[in-house]
Amino acid sequence: MGMGDAQDTPDALLEAVKLTKRFGSLVANDHVSLAIRAGETHALLGENGAGKSTLVKMMCGLLQADSGELLYEGAPIVFPDPASSRAKGIGVVFQHFALFDALTVVENVALGLPGHQPLAVLAARIDDCVRRYGLGVEPYRRVGELSVGERQRVEIVRCLLGDPRVLILDEPTSVLTPDESENLFRTVDLLTNEGRAVLFISHKLDEVRRLCHRATVLRGGKFIAEVDPKQESSASLARLMVGAEVPRTPRIAAHALGEPRLLARHLSVAGDGSRGSALHDINIEVRAGEIVGIAGVAGNGQTTLFDALSGETQVADHESIVIDKVVAGGFGPTERRALGAGFVPEERLGHAAAPDMRLSDNVLLTTHGDGHIVKAGLIRRATLFSRFQQIVKGFDVRFGGKDPKARRLSGGNLQKFVIGREVLRDPVLIVVDQPTWGVDAAAAAFIRTTLRERAAQGCAVLVISQDLDELLEFADRIAVMSEGRLTAPVPVAETSREAIGLAMGGSHSAGGEGHHAA
Amino acid sequence: MLDAAIIGAVLASIVAAATTLLLASLGELVAERAGTLNLGVEGMMIVGAAVGYVTAYGSGSLLLGTLAAVLAGMALSLVFAVLAIWLATNQVASGLATTILGLGLAGLIGASFVGTQLEGAPPLHIAGLTDLPILGKALFGQDAFVYVSLLLLAAVAYTLTRTRIGLVLRAVGENHAAAHALGHPVRGIRTLAVMFGGACAGLAGAHLSLAYTPFWAADMTAGRGWIALALVVFSAWRPLWLLAGAYLFGAVSILQLHVQGFGLGIPSQLLSALPYLATIIALVVISALKHGRGAPASLGVPFVPDR
Repeated sequence: MGMGDAQDTPDALLEAVKLTKRFGSLVANDHVSLAIRAGETHALLGENGAGKSTLVKMMCGLLQADSGELLYEGAPIVFPDPASSRAKGIGVVFQHFALFDALTVVENVALGLPGHQPLAVLAARIDDCVRRYGLGVEPYRRVGELSVGERQRVEIVRCLLGDPRVLILDEPTSVLTPDESENLFRTVDLLTNEGRAVLFISHKLDEVRRLCHRATVLRGGKFIAEVDPKQESSASLARLMVGAEVPRTPRIAAHALGEPRLLARHLSVAGDGSRGSALHDINIEVRAGEIVGIAGVAGNGQTTLFDALSGETQVADHESIVIDKVVAGGFGPTERRALGAGFVPEERLGHAAAPDMRLSDNVLLTTHGDGHIVKAGLIRRATLFSRFQQIVKGFDVRFGGKDPKARRLSGGNLQKFVIGREVLRDPVLIVVDQPTWGVDAAAAAFIRTTLRERAAQGCAVLVISQDLDELLEFADRIAVMSEGRLTAPVPVAETSREAIGLAMGGSHSAGGEGHHAA
Repeated sequence: MLDAAIIGAVLASIVAAATTLLLASLGELVAERAGTLNLGVEGMMIVGAAVGYVTAYGSGSLLLGTLAAVLAGMALSLVFAVLAIWLATNQVASGLATTILGLGLAGLIGASFVGTQLEGAPPLHIAGLTDLPILGKALFGQDAFVYVSLLLLAAVAYTLTRTRIGLVLRAVGENHAAAHALGHPVRGIRTLAVMFGGACAGLAGAHLSLAYTPFWAADMTAGRGWIALALVVFSAWRPLWLLAGAYLFGAVSILQLHVQGFGLGIPSQLLSALPYLATIIALVVISALKHGRGAPASLGVPFVPDR
């Protein structure tokens, strides 16, 4: 078999042998093999787009492989649909949860189990499971009201009530606070001690090294290696994942800060009643020359904050937003851009870029008000196209064809494009939501370096990110968002992962020596 | 007393008028809770009315006519289901096409029966109860369709909230991708829900042509299918609100007739438009109150599983 002898070990509970899956011309999985054993936590490592999700979907019957086979306890097996894999004791907790917001926890659990059980009986079983594995979940709450961490626990409880032999966790910690992650690790240890197998999908190397007994690394849809993560360093794992040294954002020597470019004063938004949609008394100042990061777990008001700053959401008190000394709370996005602001929202396809429009036309979406590409209501194609080429060259945006539709670009390249589009407008303020989400390591490093350089040239940069490591790497000050409130920003040098982690969980102090309520 | 007799008759006719709407909208509610928007209600209803009338006329059996109407509504809904669910076409376009097809088919089926008449479904009569003043006839003097519609409502309400199949149906309408990932047959469940909707629309048609106005006229549904669709939104996809809505609209459509009878000088066309006007007003008020939040999250979105 070439790639290690692990696949041949007889005690593998579930094994993928040389699975291949194509989507059109893209080979998402190219002869990928993986063996999961009872009593072990097995890591599946790889960057976004490495083929991890495709492999998992084939292993649970959501996708059918083009070639290769699955072995269950050593015998070939075919899962034509998810129900058949569940019948064999394979439970999956997906990255994008398979939950029903409008239903209660116990109803959600019932939907994941075969046959009919009275909800009261099920609620009692949920309580048992919660106690046994330390998963805080209330059976009769509506899932729509739960935090992301709670939703994940609902998913896990739902899987566990089916008494799975293999539990697959798809990027489970990407939505958790450090504290919640610790809890999850304890649960995973309990599960493997009971003889269950856990497949732990992640790109966070430290936690893989701590938690997992084996790790399979994928890159570009191919099997790269199976290693013992405890024998590896984070750097060596990263090399396997990326295929090259991972560049770090250069620290740029301290420079003088200039005028405040963005000022939010007592900024409040009522919200529409759904979770994480209201803002309460946000105060923040971003000055020319600095990068301010906003950390926090998804769904704590970051999207509303971005929309309020960009002008997509109306704020009642116009005085609460000041851009470059002009009261801008009553302005729409175009007027705010005219003041020299640039905005890059989280969702690049559909929000930052129109999927079915060509890239050059997408340039227009944020530059039409700048005065030189559109004149007297007419688009100057030549100017537009030269700006488009400037972005493509300056930001290393790679694609096939001359001017493809936005949806044909990979995530990393589209992200470089939308950031380049804003940066080349020469803004005095850039607000970016999740600049490197789902972007490969090289593109992420490029984006961080670009923003860093912009700040050094006197731009004020506000970065909203759920990637705490990223903010610690390249922000000057960090504030934490939790339940629609924002802590006061603290210089990165004066805070710690632990302090920020606590604030992410709702303790309102990001300061290094901050005391936290129980 | 004369007044009590008139009031009793008006109330009874309100119940009758509301029953058509209740039947049709109840079926659509189930289809929509499963995530499929079927704008073909009007078409399925008129095909049910035509097939039901023709069958009853030919066989002399109202029961046979009713069964035929239900099957006809189901058959037309199956056409819609194949298009919208299995071929994942646009649901709005497919639903409109279903209505247009239904109207045409019904005209064809009933062409040689225009001007004929039937003995309509007999009303219930319980000595003593039915003769009670005011409410007697409304409650105890109705035909079988009325009582069936209420039983059906109770059954749907119970099934949706208390049974596993109801839970699965709601789950499919909320998040079809998640339901699929959990192993529930999304398209199969949607097909059954749409067919239930078709059966109910056919039954509503049979109520029209076999009980409410037992004759055949080419456009006898007169937009009731569209009102039924609006009622589902009005009810925020909840069966008990649907009952309230259907009776409210039934009342408006009957009372405007009586207002016309009084000769108040209001143009009759304006009064005839009242139920439709009430539909628009109700929808505006509902959306203003954000009452319409109950919409199933996957409503109108075709589901295509990855392979």
